[in-house]
Amino acid sequence: MGRQETVAPAIELKGISKSFGPVQANKDISISVRRGSIHGIVGENGAGKSTLMSILYGFYKADSGQIFINGKQTLIPDSQAAIAAGIGMVHQHFKLVENFTVLENVVLGAEEGQRLGPSLAKARALLVELAREYELEVDPDAVIETLSVGFQQRVEILKALYRQADILILDEPTGVLTPSEADHLFRILRNLRDQGKTIIMITHKLREIMNVTDTVSVMRRGQMTATVHTTDTNPAELAELMVGRKVLLRVDKKPAVAGDVVLEVNDLRVTDSKGVVRLKGISFQVKAGEILGIAGVAGNGQSELLEVLGGFGRATGSVKVRGTAINIASAAQGRHRREAGISHVPEDRNHLGLIMDFAAWENMAFGYHHEPKYIRAGGLMDQAAMLDDTIGKMERFDIRPPNPRLNAQSFSGGNQQKIVLAREIEHNPDILLIGQPTRGVDIGAIEFIHQQIVALRDAGKAILLVSVELDEILSLTDRVAVMFDGHIAGERITAETDEKELGLLMAGMMEGAA
Amino acid sequence: MGKLPKWADYALIPFLNVLLAFFVSGLVVLFIGEDPIKAMGIMLKGSLGSPRAIGYTLYYATNFIFTGLAVAVAFHARLFNIGGEGQAGVAGLGVAFVCMYVDWPHWSLALPAAIIGAALFAGIWAAIPAYLQSKRGSHIVITTIMFNYIAAALLVYMLVNVIKDPGSMSPQTRAFVPGSVLPTAKEMLGWIGVDFPRSPINISFLLAIAACFGVWILIWKSRLGYEIRAFGHSESAAGYAGISGFKITMIAMTISGSLAGLMAINTVMGEGKRLVLDPVEGAGFIGIAVALIGRSHPLGVFLAAILFGMLYQGGFDLSFDMPKVSREMILVIQALVILFTGALENLVRMPVTRLFLRFTKGAA
Repeated sequence: MGRQETVAPAIELKGISKSFGPVQANKDISISVRRGSIHGIVGENGAGKSTLMSILYGFYKADSGQIFINGKQTLIPDSQAAIAAGIGMVHQHFKLVENFTVLENVVLGAEEGQRLGPSLAKARALLVELAREYELEVDPDAVIETLSVGFQQRVEILKALYRQADILILDEPTGVLTPSEADHLFRILRNLRDQGKTIIMITHKLREIMNVTDTVSVMRRGQMTATVHTTDTNPAELAELMVGRKVLLRVDKKPAVAGDVVLEVNDLRVTDSKGVVRLKGISFQVKAGEILGIAGVAGNGQSELLEVLGGFGRATGSVKVRGTAINIASAAQGRHRREAGISHVPEDRNHLGLIMDFAAWENMAFGYHHEPKYIRAGGLMDQAAMLDDTIGKMERFDIRPPNPRLNAQSFSGGNQQKIVLAREIEHNPDILLIGQPTRGVDIGAIEFIHQQIVALRDAGKAILLVSVELDEILSLTDRVAVMFDGHIAGERITAETDEKELGLLMAGMMEGAA
Repeated sequence: MGKLPKWADYALIPFLNVLLAFFVSGLVVLFIGEDPIKAMGIMLKGSLGSPRAIGYTLYYATNFIFTGLAVAVAFHARLFNIGGEGQAGVAGLGVAFVCMYVDWPHWSLALPAAIIGAALFAGIWAAIPAYLQSKRGSHIVITTIMFNYIAAALLVYMLVNVIKDPGSMSPQTRAFVPGSVLPTAKEMLGWIGVDFPRSPINISFLLAIAACFGVWILIWKSRLGYEIRAFGHSESAAGYAGISGFKITMIAMTISGSLAGLMAINTVMGEGKRLVLDPVEGAGFIGIAVALIGRSHPLGVFLAAILFGMLYQGGFDLSFDMPKVSREMILVIQALVILFTGALENLVRMPVTRLFLRFTKGAA
């Protein structure tokens, strides 16, 4: 590093600490980010990454520590001060006005004077210039809600650049992007870096860290455990630093021993309440003892497929479980599905799988609450039995903290997911539907969840796994079907395909079933 | 925001809110040139100062318990039942039919029948908006308000054209059969040798306490209550779990309406002994405030109903003893209580939560 020592770092944090009540979110954190570099910050959920960035962007005030921007000590009491110091932030959930145009969103909050006209004209000129410079082409007059998420993200970046940001913070920027959109984003980031901008990227995807960053810091339990040059490290080492122990990044599994067809889906069609056709004739089979993966960019019909199979969405076509047709014409079949041996770990545990305001013991029976084991003589819920049941499941699934009376929202993402998994897997289903099993789940828990899924497969169950994470599909499934625009664009044997081929299918650029 | 202990959440904060409301009310009284301390004294004496005053206070509180529970039950399913007023009014018709056309030998037989009559009429009255919401998408807040007006018009029509006492000048039914007259507190306490003055409080108060207990069992101990709460917290999650939103909306609203309807047992059967125009007198709306202050918990509803019973009864004495303080002033105080406990709840909650955080942090 000797050569750059003379130039002040773009950002230098010294001894930043922050606690919320008894929880210490950041403990004496010091980092220094060289100007004109891409710096990654990795860590599990709750490691303190977001808190640290919120301090840098003025959302939180640090309890102690100093911030230096370009070598000058700077106080950042609010986001205005952060913007003034040249810091821009692209949030994970975009903060755009949906029915405004790109131009209006860029100018919003940075208007000059009472009249909008001059600001807009100036912004338009600047936008054209920025677009050329950084490959950030967006139609300034397009309305946000008509743009794809990839373009919306560019608007967020443009917003920051319009406010003359020299330092860009991106929070989980690829969470909603297709692989090709992500590649484009990385090109933009490299361009920005080459023009002298400094970029901090928060992510949990180690592959992206390796792909795009120059240096990387690892956070664990509020502390910065390491800062290294990306070229000097590898994913396994980073994962170990994040979790604090060795982690298996690949799933250890034997080849599948597939049995009879258990779930048979034929010509499934779904039209939503707005008249949009979401599923355009889906057919596939899942056999006992195998995992069928459904890959695809979010929003191509996977959610609707799970809703129908899980018993809370309507469809036409046919679904057979061990040869017997089940009712897909009604949307209130959740109980019958469970009785037919279908369990479902939904994609969205916040809005579907769990009631956040319910205690863990109440959630542990959710969907099965009518079963005799939870009902006392006299027809009331048997709270003691539910608590016992929960304590057992918490132990077997290593759910922490093991307190059945805590509300679901008090658990971390990984532990929430384990609550849902424990509930659904221990019901011992014949068919497990599982959507985004590791979304928002930390690496340590991912390993555990993957092991559980494989164990269930090896016990002869049929598993339908929907995931937008290609890594997960490739490492976990036996066969994979790729969904694009409401139909299956192709089906492959997982061992005989690769990321590139699946990526093309996901983008709808390759037709034809296997 | 951090977590508050339950007692602070359910008792301390409502208490501080009410205190704040009284403080501002005191300022208003001061502003119109009366002594707020003295006014407070009159209200306390008027509502709790004598057994008779207590009798009146609890009589009004009985109404508010029923309408408060009604709002609370619906609210657990995230349904805002503003229709307690109309549901209780229609329940009056149900009670009247039971108590006019059957020659009851004893009140103990008439009471269960009247409960069924009241609950049936009010339950159906509440089920219609529930159906319209879940099948037709008409918002339940709007429809229940509209059904209040329809109920009022229905009551006028029935009392003027159908069940009017021919011998009376006013739109009211004839007196109920003697066998349907409910025992008052004076009689009941008389059975055990306690002397209690004449007041309208009757056996309905015990029914209200039983209803509180019943609602507690329903919401927190029964499977139906589990499903109602699940639906209330997250409609989508309830769908995932196989809980039918239509079923829960219908059942929760029917129970809610029935509870509001039970109020008619107290006013129509217990006190009026005949059905008159407007047997509800605004208690349906006060139920909303009671449920808000009571945080939709039966115990909270019970306590808040007593508070509003005191305001109601004490208010009579206040307007009598302090001519400057009119009946409307009582409405102002009630409104302030609603404002501080409902709309401005965070005014107190935020500082209290912060205080607790600091305290727990200091202890850690």
